[in-house]
Amino acid sequence: MTEGSIVGSFIVPVHPHTVLAPEQNEGWQRLRDAFDEAAQRIKDADADLLIIYSTTWPSIIGHQIQADPNPEWVMVDNDFHDLGSIPYSFNIDADFAHAWNEANEKRGLKSRTVNYTGFPIDVGSVVALKLLNPDNAIPAVIVSSNVYANRSETTVLAKSCLDVIKATGRKAVAITAMSLSNRMFTAPIDPKDDRIHSLKDDEWNRKILEFLGEGRMEDVGQLSRTIHKQIRVQKVVAFKPMWWLSGMNDNRNNLSGEVLAYEAIHGAGGAVVHLDPTPSGAGDKEYDEDDVEFYSGERNVLDAEEEQELIEEAKKPTSGGPELWEPTTGEHSVNSEAAPKPVGMYPHARKVGDLLYLSGVGPRQPGTNAIPGGPICDENGKALDYDIKAQTKAVVDNITRILEEAGGSIEDVLDVTSFLVDMDRDFSGYNEVWAETLGKVGPTRTTLAIRALPTPIAVEMKVIAKAPPTE
Amino acid sequence: MTQGEIVAGCLAPHPPHLVYAENPPQNEPVAEGGWEQLRWGYERLRDSLKDVEYDAIVLLSPHWQTYVGTHFLGLPNFKSLSVDPVFPNLFRYHYDLNIDVDLTSKIHDKAAEAGLAVKMMENPDFRVDYGTITTGHMFNPAWDKPLVVISSNRSRDYYSVEVMQEMMIELGKVTREAILESGKKVVVIASNSLSHRHFTTESAIPEDMSKEHITSHAMHLWDMRMINYFRTGQAQRILDEMPEFTEQAIAESDGGGLSWLLSTLDTPSYPATLHGYGTIIGTGNAIVEWPERDHKEAKQ
Ligand SMILES: [Fe+2]
Repeated sequence: MTEGSIVGSFIVPVHPHTVLAPEQNEGWQRLRDAFDEAAQRIKDADADLLIIYSTTWPSIIGHQIQADPNPEWVMVDNDFHDLGSIPYSFNIDADFAHAWNEANEKRGLKSRTVNYTGFPIDVGSVVALKLLNPDNAIPAVIVSSNVYANRSETTVLAKSCLDVIKATGRKAVAITAMSLSNRMFTAPIDPKDDRIHSLKDDEWNRKILEFLGEGRMEDVGQLSRTIHKQIRVQKVVAFKPMWWLSGMNDNRNNLSGEVLAYEAIHGAGGAVVHLDPTPSGAGDKEYDEDDVEFYSGERNVLDAEEEQELIEEAKKPTSGGPELWEPTTGEHSVNSEAAPKPVGMYPHARKVGDLLYLSGVGPRQPGTNAIPGGPICDENGKALDYDIKAQTKAVVDNITRILEEAGGSIEDVLDVTSFLVDMDRDFSGYNEVWAETLGKVGPTRTTLAIRALPTPIAVEMKVIAKAPPTE
Repeated sequence: MTQGEIVAGCLAPHPPHLVYAENPPQNEPVAEGGWEQLRWGYERLRDSLKDVEYDAIVLLSPHWQTYVGTHFLGLPNFKSLSVDPVFPNLFRYHYDLNIDVDLTSKIHDKAAEAGLAVKMMENPDFRVDYGTITTGHMFNPAWDKPLVVISSNRSRDYYSVEVMQEMMIELGKVTREAILESGKKVVVIASNSLSHRHFTTESAIPEDMSKEHITSHAMHLWDMRMINYFRTGQAQRILDEMPEFTEQAIAESDGGGLSWLLSTLDTPSYPATLHGYGTIIGTGNAIVEWPERDHKEAKQ
């Protein structure tokens, strides 16, 4: 027997419009045509197994694999029930389902098969199987999407599936039933008015499709978390199906990709994409997350640190932030009660020869730890409006305090490196305060844009000053 | 016409484990018991209402999840098999339930007038979610009262707890108005757990109570804090702390049920009765009753 392999992969949209009402909107019809084209390609590839990872089948206890050889029922969508019903009768490869389940357990995953009359097969799987396998000619398996699973667990799920494909000599097609951007309109719309919910969602979708069109599967996988933050409603943990699909393709980045259609379904991004395993000759990996072979046991539902934080918050809701340290003391250290506590093991300043090197100074207030001008985001990372001038002024005040504690003054500053988290927004306000304060002292200055600082502040300065004379 | 009345409001969670453990004839899997504290809590709730007359049950379940507005079951009867997609090993239940379409339409229409996005669900093939079935069974196993079933609009996922709550408070207000205008006596039920962090493993025997406990101390603290507010008539505080509670306890109040219930009860300042509390695969569940019939002065 020759070793089995993936003969093709597809990404398909989940909503029932392509089955029940393609004629109501030109875009839905184009998606439907793309589904039909994909079905033809699957036939032409001589595939003998369809494997569906569906984002509309959530699970809690590990992953579930459909193992009813002939599940039959009538599916009605939770939201789009007025479009009609989809009766189904599918051809499931129960042997493969059981083998995959065992392979999952061997690789440390929690997993179970389900075989129950009337089990509600989810809308994404129903749509995919109805349209990609219209005459049930090819047996299929369906796997759930675990709500708590992260990348390693989802990747290992793919590897155990590949174990079985290889061992059984199957020519398998891997399918993810998913939306790209998944924000829908929150009220009914006229079908002819359908469009992607926002320009931002559309831009991200096109970026993802550009990558997929170039066959850069693993790049999209490794961008999953970012994509999830940008264009996904935050209910599920991450943009998981791309981890699974990349795993199913050996985490390769040089597949041959083709976007067969991209359209809106009630505001969400729906695409039919074909990824052929033929190497495209392009695409080195741009990212380098760990490769995982085995899943090492139970997820910590809450790790100890997170647990302790939650207990504190349950007792009294309060703002978070990194742990504060006492400044370290050493022969040449200079520390100030009047400066905010460090966020790591370092002193406020250190004197070497004639020079005084200050650790990065931010705007946090000593004692209260408050941020003048307000934090840049709340505890959940939600962006807040803040006053860069007030923050910059507070930084200069903190520098002044540290220098005075050391017996000097702000006049001693020689060189400053400033870090801004948002150069476009904040440079002019920062520059204005600078001109009124340190600008008058006259140190050299370098200003850099950086991605983040350890506390929710927008500006920090690294200072070298003249050391005050030792008495 | 006489003015309608809310005789009671209830928090009545829906883990299918409770139905499984009870072995009713409608459910296929068989258990050796389990979760007695909660099942007896439901018994006390049923007992408390056994001599109270009412015409209908208005219920909001977090497992009919809709993203395009709030939906209502809109046909007189639904009969089918409900299989829990997450715990199909525990819950395969044959249901046959009646809908009070008249009261449903009144709530629907008032919600639409108030500017909420709403839709009637009139597809006869639709399968009622297992949350509705579980709470429906545990609350009234005879199924002899018609229901109004309201979907859980996932506005929390789309926006925030705050926006979800604003919408649910509005929906609660129109639910109350519609009930009072209908001349009917009604029980309103929010079907949700409190803290909602699950274990991700299941013991060989699901009803093995030696494995059952809250997932973490923090979840326990939050649950007790909420229950204390229930018991001491501080509904406004619950609404005030809903964002922190929902986020930190990963609470199932994210589906809007609890906010809607308290609004429908006009933010009660009288104490509720705690009929039971227990955990199910680590999540916190309280069975609570607001006996509004005993507090008529509160709602004039
Ligand atoms: Fe639930």
